[in-house]
Amino acid sequence: MELEKVLEKYEPVIGIEIHAQLKTKSKAYCGDLNEYGHVPNSLTSAISLGHPGTLPKFNTAVLDHAIRLGLACNCNITKEMHFDRKNYFYADLPKGYQITQDKTPVCRQGEVLIRLKDGQEKTIELTRIHMEEDSGKSTHDLDPLHTLIDLNRAGVPLLEIVTEPVIKSSEEAYQYVTEIRKLLRYLDICDGNMEEGSMRCDVNVSIMPKGSNKFGQRVEIKNLNSIRNVQRSIDFEIIRHANLLDNGQKVGVETRTFDAPSGSTNAMRKKEAAHDYRYFPEPDLNPILIEEKHLEKIRSEMPPLPNELYKLFTSSYKLSSYDTLVLLEQKEIALYFMAILDHTKNFKSAANWVMVNIKSYLNQQAIPIDDFQIPPKFIAELIQLIDDNKISHSLASQKVFPNMLENPKLSPNDIAEKNNWISQSNKDDLSEIIEKILSDNPNETQRFKEGEKKLTGFFMGQIMKATKGTANPKLAAQVLHKIIQSHP
Amino acid sequence: MDIPSSFTEIKQQINHGQLNLIDLCQSFINRIESSKTNAFVEIFKDESLKRAALINEKINLKKQGLLAGMIIGVKDNICFANHNVTASSKILSGFESIFSATAIQRLLDEDAIIIGRLNCDEFAMGSSNENSTYGPVRHHIDHEKVPGGSSGGSAVAVAEGLCTASLGSDTGGSIRQPASFCGVVGMKPSYGRISRYGLLAYASSFDQIGVFTNNVEDACLLTHVMSGKDDYDSTLSHVKSHTSSVKSLDKKLAIGVPEDYLNFNNLDPEIKQKTEEIIDKLRLSGHKINLLSFPFVKHLVPCYYVLTTAEASSNLARYDGAHYGYRSDEANDIDSTYELTRSEGFGLEVKRRIMLGNFVLSSGYYDAYFTKAQKVRRLIKEKTDEMLKENDVLLFPTTPSTAFNIGEINDPIKMYLQDIFTVHANIAGVPAISLPLGSHSNKLPFGIQLMGRSFDEDSLYSIAESLMQL
Repeated sequence: MELEKVLEKYEPVIGIEIHAQLKTKSKAYCGDLNEYGHVPNSLTSAISLGHPGTLPKFNTAVLDHAIRLGLACNCNITKEMHFDRKNYFYADLPKGYQITQDKTPVCRQGEVLIRLKDGQEKTIELTRIHMEEDSGKSTHDLDPLHTLIDLNRAGVPLLEIVTEPVIKSSEEAYQYVTEIRKLLRYLDICDGNMEEGSMRCDVNVSIMPKGSNKFGQRVEIKNLNSIRNVQRSIDFEIIRHANLLDNGQKVGVETRTFDAPSGSTNAMRKKEAAHDYRYFPEPDLNPILIEEKHLEKIRSEMPPLPNELYKLFTSSYKLSSYDTLVLLEQKEIALYFMAILDHTKNFKSAANWVMVNIKSYLNQQAIPIDDFQIPPKFIAELIQLIDDNKISHSLASQKVFPNMLENPKLSPNDIAEKNNWISQSNKDDLSEIIEKILSDNPNETQRFKEGEKKLTGFFMGQIMKATKGTANPKLAAQVLHKIIQSHP
Repeated sequence: MDIPSSFTEIKQQINHGQLNLIDLCQSFINRIESSKTNAFVEIFKDESLKRAALINEKINLKKQGLLAGMIIGVKDNICFANHNVTASSKILSGFESIFSATAIQRLLDEDAIIIGRLNCDEFAMGSSNENSTYGPVRHHIDHEKVPGGSSGGSAVAVAEGLCTASLGSDTGGSIRQPASFCGVVGMKPSYGRISRYGLLAYASSFDQIGVFTNNVEDACLLTHVMSGKDDYDSTLSHVKSHTSSVKSLDKKLAIGVPEDYLNFNNLDPEIKQKTEEIIDKLRLSGHKINLLSFPFVKHLVPCYYVLTTAEASSNLARYDGAHYGYRSDEANDIDSTYELTRSEGFGLEVKRRIMLGNFVLSSGYYDAYFTKAQKVRRLIKEKTDEMLKENDVLLFPTTPSTAFNIGEINDPIKMYLQDIFTVHANIAGVPAISLPLGSHSNKLPFGIQLMGRSFDEDSLYSIAESLMQL
């Protein structure tokens, strides 16, 4: 059955859990380095190995990151909280329990604003955000006989961000995960890299007949390593559920894993009896009290966030919604754009330079903007040269900008002057040159005056020749016509 | 060599140049080797002697630490870097710790010598030291009797003169009960006084490292050295250490006696009588005795066993055969590794408590057991604080009886009731000390317990010392 057909009959209900690995120097409950890509089991200690006699020690940087995200999502920040133990056995969980938050998540409620393709805005409500630790990593397919365990990841701090079941389509899901990733990156608390697993997504999908208010049986999908796959897996599940229901079958209680090559999901394990995690308050860590003073401090140090910038760009800078979204897609690009605006008030032009010339250069070179060498001030200066009619836009983009890329330490003004590209844009200079051309070519002047329009080309050519191509063509044409009309 | 029984005397002899630490150490080693009590499970022979030589030199240079000459045995559930630590369990057979407990490090920093590892009940679960992979510890006076538990080895080691002092851990009486049975001083400091980092966890919110000594002064010095802030234990109070020596008592006290304890059904009449004699003596020497009602006696042991087993079920989850310690030979996949390793590696009592703990935490039972027990704990704490507001100290027996026979108590509930007078201090988190004041007509010793205010070990030690001098 086609997705569109399904959606005529059924209404999907989707909830998403995102696990975000936090950027902190050390792990959540011990001093081991928190870094990706090291030799397996090299970032461990007696504590992260869960050795007998060890105790956790909370890294308060984790709490501050959690508060940052909570404030960004308008959550209620819990003032008195504690950690809980979630008990289960797995070989990459050395203590036999995970330190997490069950009863007192650091953030409750909250909302994330998303924008859909058709321009509609929607608020996705959050249930909670809580702090916990990551497990180690089990690898089952490297050794034929053994499972290999890397505990570098064990104890890495995580935030789990849980939505209410309010997401109604795979597109909303796509936009929501994109927005969360954007937020995490703007806050600089997680690098949001789904392929490396620093941001992970579990999706709960169910469908119910349109108009119903009784949720269908939900299925959890794991192993989603890109936002695109979040969307694909949801569409697959919606159709799968609809087919089951239409054939009088039931949707099974299970966890499924997404297989990207085939675009399908497969049953992972049956959840016959719900796992009993036997949560209880972690006795090795003291409860945490957050003071209003501390909240205020974090609030005052919050970086600009995408939604605030969206308002600023569209209302104060009068940029289009489309341009704004392109500029905000990546925090670093948005910041670069804003740095240009420290030196120019031509917002539209600055946006165009970033979106067109700079972005295409970055794409071509496959480098991030952090490796872009031209200082924002020089882009502003380039815009000023154009606005002052000192160089034409085409000269700026075809000659000056490429030259700036070669010599990022030189200002565009210096480059243009050195190459004699500064146009004789001064009307008086131009008038003088044009007067001279007219008097040097009396015959053509006379014919031109009498209306032989095609001679415009001849005179423009003469002007360009005389100015070695630096004349602003528009201005030159204006001045030419003015002089001809007033010519005796 | 005639070994002085207390560190106070050892220090005097050292100061007079009359004591060579190598001789002292060797004498202890000889005694341990000829002992039949099974208190020590390992002697750190060569390294103790080497350290003795090193500290001898420091003494000659007058650069020795506070504990130079202190020879200490350590319960087998406290980590000492590069030494085995097994909690007397098969599941940790051969396991060597890669770090030292904060308490151990602080003793070493003050030039104490750790002479060996002491037998105990498996994972500190027991009241008789019969639950050990190394076999039971025997009472030094009567080898057919138990020494108490779980720190039975630690109690016997000091009582038998195999070391000057020993470390134990006390979760529900594991120091005070064996101290009472063996006739030595047993001190459990306030919860949060000594770092638990490096103590193999049984029940995290109850566990506390403490000491066995032959006098109050030695206990005071040792807990002083081990106390204080530690970045590795966040439940540790930041309160500074108490004083290093016992201050003499300079006032008359208000002493509370919870009558419910003295009226406990199974309290040995001689122990009751001795307690009352002491109370009378205290009254005669001008102290005020307040008879108190403590209505929670019957709730103590249930509350304790619900909460401690819950924590234990989680704390012992790490012993799964996957990362270290014992792994079953029959294991061939992840599930059998867990099932067989834990079935073969843990003893009966440990398994019982893990199962009990899992039960009280499981959904559907959590509120009825765990939540309720937490509420009871809070009530007991509040009542205890109230009693200690009006009284400088509470006094009652440490144990309802003297040491019983090995194999005598088979009913777990009866065994759990051995802790009836001791779990109170752990539930409330307050310090308590057992003093060897009683001598039974059956020739066995018994102790009298003092329970003090949280983090007021200073007063507790002063009162204890004056009671010893009474």
